[in-house]
Amino acid sequence: MKRYLLKRLAMSIVTLWAVITITFILMHSVPGNPFAAESKMPKVVYENLQAKYGLDKPLTEQYVIYLGNLLKGDLGDSMKSRVETVNDMIERGFPVSARLGLQALVIAICFGPALGAFAALYQNKFPDYISMIIAIIGISVPSFIMGTVLIQFVARNVEWLPVGGWGEWRHTVLPSIAMAMMPLATMARLMRSSMLEVLGQDYIKTAKSKGITRAAVILKHAVRNAILPVISVLGTTISNLLVGSFVIEKIFGIPGLGMFFIKSINNRDYTLIMGTTIFYAGILIFMLLLVDIAYMFIDPRIKLTKEGR
Amino acid sequence: MSKKLITLMSLLLVMAIVVTGCSSPAEPEAPAETPGAETPAETPAGEKILRTNNSSEPGSLDPALAQGTHESWILSNTFEGLMTYDAEGNVIPGIAEDYTLSEDNLTYTFTLRDAKWSNGDPVTAHDFEFSWKRALDPDLAADYAFQLYYLKGAEAYNTGEGSVDDVMVKALDDKTLEVTLEAPTGYFLELTAFYTYYPVSKNVVEANPDWAKEPETHIGNGPFKLTTWEHNAYIELAKNENYYAIDQINLDGIHFDIIEDENTAWQKYEGGEYDILATLPQAVAAQMAQENNPELVIGSQVGIYYYNLNSEVVPFNNAKVRNALSMAIDRTTIVERITQGGQLAAEGVVPVGLTDETGAEYRDKVGNLVTEDAAAAKALFEEGLAEEGMTIDQFNNAGFVILFNTLEAHNKIAQAVQEMWRTNLGINVNLENVEFQVKLDREKAGDYQISRGGWIGDYMDPMTILDLWLEGGAFNDAGYANPEYDKLILEAKGTADQDIRFNNMREAEKMLMEDMAVIPIYFYTQPYAVKSNIEGIYKLPIYYPTITYADIK
Repeated sequence: MKRYLLKRLAMSIVTLWAVITITFILMHSVPGNPFAAESKMPKVVYENLQAKYGLDKPLTEQYVIYLGNLLKGDLGDSMKSRVETVNDMIERGFPVSARLGLQALVIAICFGPALGAFAALYQNKFPDYISMIIAIIGISVPSFIMGTVLIQFVARNVEWLPVGGWGEWRHTVLPSIAMAMMPLATMARLMRSSMLEVLGQDYIKTAKSKGITRAAVILKHAVRNAILPVISVLGTTISNLLVGSFVIEKIFGIPGLGMFFIKSINNRDYTLIMGTTIFYAGILIFMLLLVDIAYMFIDPRIKLTKEGR
Repeated sequence: MSKKLITLMSLLLVMAIVVTGCSSPAEPEAPAETPGAETPAETPAGEKILRTNNSSEPGSLDPALAQGTHESWILSNTFEGLMTYDAEGNVIPGIAEDYTLSEDNLTYTFTLRDAKWSNGDPVTAHDFEFSWKRALDPDLAADYAFQLYYLKGAEAYNTGEGSVDDVMVKALDDKTLEVTLEAPTGYFLELTAFYTYYPVSKNVVEANPDWAKEPETHIGNGPFKLTTWEHNAYIELAKNENYYAIDQINLDGIHFDIIEDENTAWQKYEGGEYDILATLPQAVAAQMAQENNPELVIGSQVGIYYYNLNSEVVPFNNAKVRNALSMAIDRTTIVERITQGGQLAAEGVVPVGLTDETGAEYRDKVGNLVTEDAAAAKALFEEGLAEEGMTIDQFNNAGFVILFNTLEAHNKIAQAVQEMWRTNLGINVNLENVEFQVKLDREKAGDYQISRGGWIGDYMDPMTILDLWLEGGAFNDAGYANPEYDKLILEAKGTADQDIRFNNMREAEKMLMEDMAVIPIYFYTQPYAVKSNIEGIYKLPIYYPTITYADIK
């Protein structure tokens, strides 16, 4: 276990380094730069700005300086905001996105697997059709449509919740629902197929023949085994939800981290591109590690020792 | 069966309870997270808070570092320059009570009124001297420092070739500021109303270089002061009790949300959450205009939408070809059917709304310099093409492209132009939409044939548009080079004689349009929406609507 963890940790660091390097190279090879604008800025002013942010140095030197600062935990100054550093932006934006993400995750985890299990238990009956219609809507309707529909019907028509903005709990409800729909639907579909497979297994039949109540069979045996595929998608789902969604944050006017991903690229805000990418990659790598560990506890057949499975 | 159902229902119930349990802790946390959160319901009775949306997070609320509208709309309420504008667009004294101009039109001496900073300290001439020199400091690397290059010695200092001591802005005493210019500048007073020329408090900035980052330390001299700044969420201003003309201010405060999505902002306006909305989705503005909605105001704007023609590329180097392309465009159709926001078909490059030496509309004397004649265009096009040794077939086979940045409105206009050229000239051009940064990059590198361009003026003078096409200018993407044009413009820039200045500018614009350096399409407008119970909002052509003197009835 310890050895496995150490190995995984080393691999994680190498992966992160690769992400940093590739992003750095790609970022600088895309046309445009942070100070290009439709303005009359004289060449000298432009050069002042380049010098201020070290963009006048050779790329390899910039890379080495960046890595050096990164080791000190310094993600640099944003090239567009004169108010916040990249560290400030992540510190401020992440809790906002994470809060929405966690709410969305709770909705998805509570309803997704339940919906899937429900559908499997009533396979090809009315509840199955209803559950799968909900799942198909969740998967196929993009979040910006979902957000817009929620705004129109819940916020505009019946005025139960605000259209957008940030500041109070009620501002978080619609975006959380909009964000939850896709993972909820994915989990429902995974759970349904996995549950159907489990329900056909011999050990379920054995359990039933022993006279164990149906509820106990479903909860203790079927759900526990059927949930594994759902757990496997949790790592990516959690990391996606935690760092926010550009579309949802834009539509609902939420000051989260998700906005920075696209805006930083549009603005060619190099330090912010690097900062958000590294942050996201770090979370993703960490989550995948947690999922592997969680697997081990849920399914004892999966061993993380040197002998392997 | 019923047993199964009960089991499942219980399962779902448990899940639902878990959800409620998981979500509820967020509720009590909310007030702690956003202490300044204010909603219409929480506004104390009788307080007049104007609510609106500022469509983007300001990059800075330090006037020296501001770069655009989303900063200037807030700064124009928290700061005031030496001069300012009245509702009619006339430049009037602001913090300066009066000024004198030397005979050689180079030295302005401003006398300051008794004005105070929002912390109660007096605004002095030393603050202005400090602010302008600070904005020029190369270490500060202010994007808009070049707006101060009119001051003698400013450019040299900013470019690292001169000393700060040679920048000719000097506080003679607390109340007197002397400014010497490089050359007579007919619109210098207008410039002193621009945000790069706003003062900052010398004492405050010297004591804390990060003063502009937090509302607690942000000090201004305008009618309002910054009280809350939740980044990317909202900004709140409160009336500044130290403002010298406080009796003209009716509002107790202004609440700016920061919502980038135009449609969401519009939904909030429509739902009664905003009193004014300055950026409307194009379809909304068009629909409001069709319905004659009284809440819609078509604000004037000093801006021109045009097409660059790359003069390095054959046959776009030929003036006849360029003119023919322009003549074959039906601008009225574009503004009436596509943009639909009250835009005006362009008559030249200088937009409507600027005055000339007599105080009359600038365009009145210069007239319409754009000819539209589809029949004549074809002949002229073929003539120009022949001069370049090219046939229509060769032109069509060359695969010329209109380049524009990704935006539905640009796409529709490009499609219309493409079709007009196909019908009227029998030529085919392709369309290519790219990301904004890529478009800029390709324009600067000359890697295009035809590209969409646009320019919004910085100050109320035709020069804000006309000097774009000086040879080698940073924004002269078309590569226009005409020594005669440069001579007229530079002479106009260097004289305070208004007759010479305006005559030169009119001549220069005519020359530019004869050469058809760029193809003007339309003059921008800024449609905005105001609720019927709001009074006192007006729009100056170079600014967002002025909300400073608004009143809520």
